[in-house]
Amino acid sequence: MTDYDVMCIGGGPAGLAAALAAKENGAERVCILERDKELGGILQQCIHNGFGLHTFNADLTGPEYAQRFIEQVEATDIEIKTDTMVLEITKDKEVFALSPEDGYQKLKAKAIILSMGCRERTRGALAIPGTRPAGIMTAGTAQRMINIDGYMIGKRVVILGSGDIGLIMARRMTLEGAKVLAVAEIMPYSSGLTRNIVQCLDDYRIPLKLQHTVTNIFGKDRLEAVEISEVDDKFNPIPGSEKRYECDTLLLSVGLLPEIELPYALGIELDKRTRGPKVNEAMETNVSGIFACGNVAHVHDLVDYVSKESKKAGFFAAEYAKGLIKTEKAVPTESGVGISYIVPQEIRQSNCKKDLEIYFRVKRVYNGVKVILKIDNKIIKEHKKRHMAPGEMQSIKIRPEDLLNAGSLSIEVQNG
Amino acid sequence: MKKTNKYDLIIIGGGISGTAIASALSAYNLSICLLEKSNDLSNGASKANSGIVHGGYDAESGTLMAKFNVRGNEMYPDICQKLDVPFSPCGSYVIAFTDAEIKTLEELKKRGKINNVPGLKILDRDEVLKQEPNLNPEVKGALFSKTAGVVSPYELCIAFMEHAMDHGAELKLEHEVRDINLQDGKFLVKTNKDDFEAASVINAAGVYADKVHNMVLEPTFKIDPRRGEYFLMDKYIGDSVKHVIFQCPNEMGKGVLIAPTAHENLIIGPNAEDIQEKEANETTFSGLNDVWSAALKTLPELNRSMTITTFSGIRAQASTGDFIVCDYPELPGFIDVAGIKSPGLTAAPAIAEYVVELLKKQQELTERKNFTFSRRKQIRFHTLSHKERAKALKKDPNFGRIICRCEGVTEAEIIDVIHRNAGARTLDSVKRRTRSGGGRCQGGFCSPKIIEILARELGISQDEVLKDSSASRIIIDQTKKEAGND
Repeated sequence: MTDYDVMCIGGGPAGLAAALAAKENGAERVCILERDKELGGILQQCIHNGFGLHTFNADLTGPEYAQRFIEQVEATDIEIKTDTMVLEITKDKEVFALSPEDGYQKLKAKAIILSMGCRERTRGALAIPGTRPAGIMTAGTAQRMINIDGYMIGKRVVILGSGDIGLIMARRMTLEGAKVLAVAEIMPYSSGLTRNIVQCLDDYRIPLKLQHTVTNIFGKDRLEAVEISEVDDKFNPIPGSEKRYECDTLLLSVGLLPEIELPYALGIELDKRTRGPKVNEAMETNVSGIFACGNVAHVHDLVDYVSKESKKAGFFAAEYAKGLIKTEKAVPTESGVGISYIVPQEIRQSNCKKDLEIYFRVKRVYNGVKVILKIDNKIIKEHKKRHMAPGEMQSIKIRPEDLLNAGSLSIEVQNG
Repeated sequence: MKKTNKYDLIIIGGGISGTAIASALSAYNLSICLLEKSNDLSNGASKANSGIVHGGYDAESGTLMAKFNVRGNEMYPDICQKLDVPFSPCGSYVIAFTDAEIKTLEELKKRGKINNVPGLKILDRDEVLKQEPNLNPEVKGALFSKTAGVVSPYELCIAFMEHAMDHGAELKLEHEVRDINLQDGKFLVKTNKDDFEAASVINAAGVYADKVHNMVLEPTFKIDPRRGEYFLMDKYIGDSVKHVIFQCPNEMGKGVLIAPTAHENLIIGPNAEDIQEKEANETTFSGLNDVWSAALKTLPELNRSMTITTFSGIRAQASTGDFIVCDYPELPGFIDVAGIKSPGLTAAPAIAEYVVELLKKQQELTERKNFTFSRRKQIRFHTLSHKERAKALKKDPNFGRIICRCEGVTEAEIIDVIHRNAGARTLDSVKRRTRSGGGRCQGGFCSPKIIEILARELGISQDEVLKDSSASRIIIDQTKKEAGND
């Protein structure tokens, strides 16, 4: 059996950044297990630009962004095992993995980083009524088929959900010669980035229909039409508002969910709101030595934040492997008024040598408000915010000294 | 020009009845051909139902339904073991919420006794809640049926046909029967493709069985389609109940059930709606909501966000109210197997056994030499132990690549079901045989890979790969084709 100091499960942006940081922090044997045939994860199919503005101060495509990390990894002695799927991990940090080349393997690591990313919600999960023809798929699957496999999947398209992949695919389908009839969004606001709404919909005059959803699907073999209805404040379709769109393709961009098969099977504690494992300041789960970062921990909107957060996980995984992590009673982070979730879910002060950046999302669109950070009910920080939306992750920094002897920490939105 | 193919016996319909009959008849020296109008087996009622192996207390005593249900139930464990089909003898509960419903349970038990159903017992509230702690605490009691179970209906159907084909039976997909003529004492079955000649014809055409019957006989029954809608839930909540849980039956049928599936999901449904069109298998907003609210009465804590998919199935409801399984003195060689709605899945092996008896009355059947009632095992990688996995991989490196990560299906399993008898040709047919694409991501990750494997193994191009039916193309073209990118 091979013993690693740090093992990253998943070689997308999270695993790459985490492995590098672990190596930099002195972990000797580091490896990345990747189920695909190459590193980079979903970035490889994101051929649009807009990546790396924070990390590299450059406007890169997804593959370019991934390549910068891959080259850094390849310059080290980090072991890379592609075409390798992890089937099971144990509390003792034994890992059962599978690959055509290396066979069925039992590996062991001192610290494991879960960096498997996320998956897309489907038509089935939404229980959209109607027939079950070809021509309905998630936006990410369509993106892979067009950008990686080189196949076009339809000519007249309706997109349900205005998540970022949906917006990007509206533009992509248009550039490939398809007609995108509309993007329907059940919420009164888009969950995508503002820049994507401008650059992917407005620039191509694709209508964004807020408070609308698909209420029926027609066609026996290939999709023939969908019915879109307006919804009321409780998301119920308004009778009489139905409109039929003749189309051969329906793409879904209706939410991303952390890939939690491995942590679930292991009994790692999950957060109902992020749907990923609960983590502390070190991005460590409640199972000692198992860390989670990137879209496994919570779904991000920018890969730059994934890289940043994963560096932290990699750093602390190396600390763990060296036996340098301090365990002490943790302070939970509480989501106050207007906040849907906070990551990390708890903080141990003595591991915070530098300012700790914590991430959160708001529950709805806010304009002209304040974000308040309280420790032991005392206001520590106040940030004025001109605009906040659930689709745009927020962050706030805390100084280690503010956390000293803290009993509670909360973030809330207040009228500014 | 049309060709005439000659066989001893033609079976019309590749659902559970037709394939069970093919399997049973393959024990005899007969040349058999099964004609199926769609591009896979089990594509009608047999693929979209609850997958329940019923105890047999529900059917009216003295009916064919009662007789074949009880006999079929008895045959199931052995068949599923020998044909390697996922089956779990989990037992069932009919639960009662009122005193009137408790009375119904007693009547069902009495009827079960007349029907010769073993292992029936009425449980009190405490016992029910002890066994099924997630049930609505207002439950007053339940009828426990020990011999009930769950099966993967489409896999059984496919296994039956594979078994028949291993013994020489032939399968003609996309052959829709248009007419049947009598010619020199034989049947000439005309399809959209070739013609087929045989001395015997078995009509197992599901919702179209009346149409086929009327091609050679005076109309004596009508098949009306009745639709039922379902939710399939994530394996995360697959253990919410341990038994099949029925509510008390009403005039439209057995009502909404909640059950663990043979693959450890949770299935919820069906409602019952009489419809006009024989293949209107869409789901509806109101139908799904009806199913959901009925299910909440059984399991108040059900979480709808755990839904993986929804679907609906069409049951073939005969105007006579019972199964129609018979021959006709005026037309020797023709046998109807019609109106096979619930408990048709349970009854199928018994119906097949009976059809063999009917044929034996008409002709001498000699037993096939080297007949075995078994099927080459399908390796299901995710069910193997660590040791067995390592061994499988040494034999075939294609076990080393997981294609469907939700259900843990390897490339070797997919290649295998493509090349077996009655093999897979489409994305959905791969799903029915291996589970790949049937998990929580619903093929989001694996369908592009399965398209690639299907194209490679079948020697077709990727844009010819179908989702399901014959016109369900997924890919319409290559990108940048005109720029010369290929």
